[in-house]
Amino acid sequence: MAQIVIDSLRHSYDGNLSDPNGLALKQIDLTWEDGRAYALLGPSGCGKSSMLNIISGLVRQSTGRILFDGTDVSDLPTEKRNIAQVFQFPVLYDTMTVEQNLAFPLKNRRLPADEIRRRVADVAEMLELGPLLKKRAAGLGAAEKQKISLGRGLVRSDVAAVLFDEPLTVIDPHVKFELRRKLKLLHEELGLTLIYVTHDQSEALTLADEVVLMAEGEVMQAGTPEELYERPSHTFVGNFIGSPGMNFIPCRAEGERLVFSGGSLPLPPALSRKIERGQSLKVAIRPQHLRHCQPRTEQITAQLVELLPRGDSYVADLRIGETAVAMRIPDDAELPSGELGVTFAPKHTLLYADDRLIGDLDA
Amino acid sequence: MHKTQDNRAWFLILPVVLLVAFSAVIPLMTVVNYSVQDIFGPGQRYLIGLEWFRETLRDPEVHRAFLRQIAFSGIVLAIEIPLGVLVALALPRAGWKSSLAIVVLALPLLIPFNVVGTIWQLYARPEIGFFGRVINDLGIGFNYTADPVSAWVTIVAMDVWHWTPLVALLAFAGLRSIPDAYYQAARIDGASRVAIFRYIELPKMRSVLTIAVLLRFMDSFMIYAEPFVVTGGGPGSSTTFLSIRLVNMAVGQFDLGPAAAFSLIYFLVILLVSYVFYTILQRISAQ
Repeated sequence: MAQIVIDSLRHSYDGNLSDPNGLALKQIDLTWEDGRAYALLGPSGCGKSSMLNIISGLVRQSTGRILFDGTDVSDLPTEKRNIAQVFQFPVLYDTMTVEQNLAFPLKNRRLPADEIRRRVADVAEMLELGPLLKKRAAGLGAAEKQKISLGRGLVRSDVAAVLFDEPLTVIDPHVKFELRRKLKLLHEELGLTLIYVTHDQSEALTLADEVVLMAEGEVMQAGTPEELYERPSHTFVGNFIGSPGMNFIPCRAEGERLVFSGGSLPLPPALSRKIERGQSLKVAIRPQHLRHCQPRTEQITAQLVELLPRGDSYVADLRIGETAVAMRIPDDAELPSGELGVTFAPKHTLLYADDRLIGDLDA
Repeated sequence: MHKTQDNRAWFLILPVVLLVAFSAVIPLMTVVNYSVQDIFGPGQRYLIGLEWFRETLRDPEVHRAFLRQIAFSGIVLAIEIPLGVLVALALPRAGWKSSLAIVVLALPLLIPFNVVGTIWQLYARPEIGFFGRVINDLGIGFNYTADPVSAWVTIVAMDVWHWTPLVALLAFAGLRSIPDAYYQAARIDGASRVAIFRYIELPKMRSVLTIAVLLRFMDSFMIYAEPFVVTGGGPGSSTTFLSIRLVNMAVGQFDLGPAAAFSLIYFLVILLVSYVFYTILQRISAQ
C-alpha cells in the first residue's frame, strides 16, 4: 500500500496539448492517501477511466507526474507498478480453473508453489470462492467472475492500490448490494487503498471515504460524501449529486435582500461583501431542506404542480415565481393543493456566484 | 383443439423438396445407381451388388492414393494452421495499415484454382521459373517433373501460398474479437507474451480455428485442379491424389461403376474424418 500523488497531470489522446477543449484530462492535482477508499465519480466521458488507466500505467499521460510514496513511476510499465485493476466486464482466463486464475499473477512473478497455494486459499476464503476452486472459471455467473477478477488483485501482497473501473455494471442489483458490502469489509480488514470509478452516485457515496467528482476532464470537487452533498462547491456538483438534484434559483442582491422571481430572502452582510459586481447569483437548497409552512418564520409562496411518489416519500414539483423547485415531503405529511408556503433554512441555503459557492445564508 | 386436415400445406414445402431433390438427392442416387451395376451399354446392365466397392477397397492404386492424400492433408494442416496464426498475430490491429494488409493477404484467395496451378507450374520450373531457378542455383537439385520430392515440395508450397491467408484471416477475426480489457488485465497480472498467447489469444481463437481446420481438411482432401495442372499426378504416380485417381478412372478409363463406388467411399471418408475432427475439437474446448 502506498500514498499516490498526481502532480499537474494533463492528458490528450491525440498528443495535442495546445487546445484545452481537446484534452481528456486538464490539469489534475490530487493526493490519494494510503488505506483510504476513494470514488471517482462523474458522467460518461468525463475522464475518470482515463485517470484510472494512467494510474495503472495502461495509458501514458501527456505531461505531469504520478508518484507512489514519493517515487516517480510515470515511466514504469504496468506490470512494474504493483497495481491491481478490476474492469467493467469480468476478465477471466477461460481455460483455467478458478484456482489457476487466482494463482496466475503469482505464477507470473515466480513465487514458490507453497506460498502461492497459501495465498490463493486465503483469498478464496475471503471472497467465499472456496467451493468453486476446482471449477472451470468460464462456466460461472457474472458475480462470481467479478469476484475472481478482484481476487487476482488481492492475492498479490505488494499492491499499492486496487483500482475499479465500474466493476458492478454487469451484476444483478440484489447481488450488487452484497458485493459492495463485501468490498467495504475487505477494505477495512486489509487496509487497501481503493480507487473506485463509477457514474452511480449512490455507489460512490456509500463506498467511499472520499469522493472525487469529475466533469469534462477536471476535478469539480473532492471531499467526503457529506461535504459533496451538503456544500457542493460548484452548481454542477449540486445538480449531479442527489436525486432530485439541488434546487437553484437565479437571483440578484438588492441591499440586504436576495431577490428572485416570486420572493426574497435576507442577505447577511458577511456574505454580501463576497459578491462582486456583474456576477450571476443563484440561491440553492436541497429538496429535503425546504420546509412547508413553519409558523413565525419568513415564508415564500409556491404553487404545487404535481406530487411525485418516491416510495418512502414524495417529491413535490413546485413553482416559485417562474422557477421549478423540488421539495421532499415525508410520506404522511398532508399538503394543501394549489398555493402553499415554504421556508428556506438559512444554514442549508447556499449562495453561488458565477456557479461557485460563496457561502450560506447563516453567515 | 380440433386439427383441420388440409393437404394444400404440402404445396408450401414443395419448392424445398424439388430444390433438394435436384441439388442433392438425384445426383447422389445416380452415383449410387452406377455403383451397384455393371453397365455395358444403354440396354445392357446387370445388378452386381457390392462388387465394385469390394474391388475399389482392394485396389492397391487406391490404397496408395489414399495414403498420399492423408500425408498431403496432414502436412498442409501442420504448416498452414500455425503459420496462419503467426501471420494473424503479426498483422497490424487497426487503421489503414490493417486494411491494406488484409487486402494484400486475401489476394491469393481470389485467384481461380487452375490459375494458381498455372502460376506455380511456371514459377517452379527449374529452367525459367524464379522459385525453381533459385533452388537449383543454391546447389539443390530441383525438378518437379522428374523428382517426386521436388513435386511434393512444389505442391505443398503452392497450397500453403494459396490457403494460409484463409487461416490467417479467420485467426485475425478471432483476435480482433478479444476486448482490450483482456490484454490490460494480462499486463496487470504480469503475464508474459507466451502466456498471453496461451491463455488469452489461443482460447479465444478456438472456435475460428476449429472452422479453419475443418475447411482446410476438407479442401485439401479434395484437392484436384492445382496438382493436376502442375504435375498431372506425376512423376510416375507420386502426386496422384484421390480425386486425380478418381477422374482417371471415370473419365480416362470410363470405368463408371468402380468410379461411382469410389466416389461414395471418398464422400463417406471425408464426412467421417470431418465428424471425428469436429468431435475432438469440441471435446477439447469442453474440457
